[in-house]
Amino acid sequence: MHSTPLKEHSMPQLGEIQRAFARALLDPQEAPVGDDPAGRPDRLRFAVYRNNVAVSLIEALEAGYPAVRRLVGEVFFRACAGRYAAQEPPRSPVMLLYGDRFADFLARFAPLADYPYLADVARIERAWLEAYHAAEAEPLAPTALAHVAAHRVGDLCFTLHPSVRIVRSTYPAVTLWRVNMSKDAPPAIHLDSGAQDALVARPGAEVQVRAVPPGAACFLDVLFHGGTLAEAAAEATSASASFDLTAHIAALLESGLVTAARLRRRRTQLPKRQSICR
Amino acid sequence: MSNRSASLFVAGALAAALASLGPVPASAHGMKITPPQKTMEALHTGLWEKCYGVALTGQNDCYAGPGTTCAGTSTRNYAGNAFKLVPKGTCTAIHTPDGSGSLTAIAR
Repeated sequence: MHSTPLKEHSMPQLGEIQRAFARALLDPQEAPVGDDPAGRPDRLRFAVYRNNVAVSLIEALEAGYPAVRRLVGEVFFRACAGRYAAQEPPRSPVMLLYGDRFADFLARFAPLADYPYLADVARIERAWLEAYHAAEAEPLAPTALAHVAAHRVGDLCFTLHPSVRIVRSTYPAVTLWRVNMSKDAPPAIHLDSGAQDALVARPGAEVQVRAVPPGAACFLDVLFHGGTLAEAAAEATSASASFDLTAHIAALLESGLVTAARLRRRRTQLPKRQSICR
Repeated sequence: MSNRSASLFVAGALAAALASLGPVPASAHGMKITPPQKTMEALHTGLWEKCYGVALTGQNDCYAGPGTTCAGTSTRNYAGNAFKLVPKGTCTAIHTPDGSGSLTAIAR
């Protein structure tokens, strides 16, 4: 099919119009794009559309970060979320997982420089949301591991449940998150009361958030990246001398957080990567 | 630790972990009611029922299961059109500040 486009040189291409429209939506300084039925630019109609975009993104962040919202207050949160939305417009039309960079944004947001724990609370909330929407998977029955020869147990690699997320914090982030998810008035929490690593997962219907002992985050991280049980145990034990391997294997299996296991061939070296263990 | 004693250590830990869990997971015998994996599957087991008017904001279940746009979308506590899966026979015994749970959607 071939036809001669009308006004080829006077009319901007559709793609250009759409890009200009999208730019103007997120920046109030930009002139409105789009005409009323008579063909004139319409400032008021565009402002309604622009406002709806901003409000819907702010509300998506409010829904995803309720504890941060409570910690900073509603007015501050909405202003801060509006800044984020302007800088980080959605990259996907699916709003379920909007806000993946919000924690990093909070960590850099100058007005929050005196509240460095907020970013970690936001990371727990983000992990919660991702775990909530993660795929479901059948847990591995512990009996499947009963017949692995003793000399090969160290070569076991586990596939962790798709919802498993680990958040490390130098603050009591899990406690901060938990008390601000409760309706009750939060008790006083000392920021130097100890670092807390969080394990977030949804093996069943409900997302679980747990503070895990020192070494556990490292143990899970090695397993998550395809390391063997022996490698994970060695790293976790060097990260924390009090690491209890038996209890962690039992907890992983009992919680349904292992969905598959296989034996890795000896002498297979994983590519070097940044370890979170130290 | 040498490689050999390290591998014995890990093997011992796994054996101890499995022993602590018991020979067969309790759920395999139906002794323990595990939380519903998927809403639809859970309903088919007959152990759960849909209970309206008891879910807190954003904590409602959905027939299609978590991960869809429906689960977790209720915008207020105890909404009469939002349901939560509860063990069968317990729904109407659940009391909320807005009244009891209901097996059908209710106006509130």
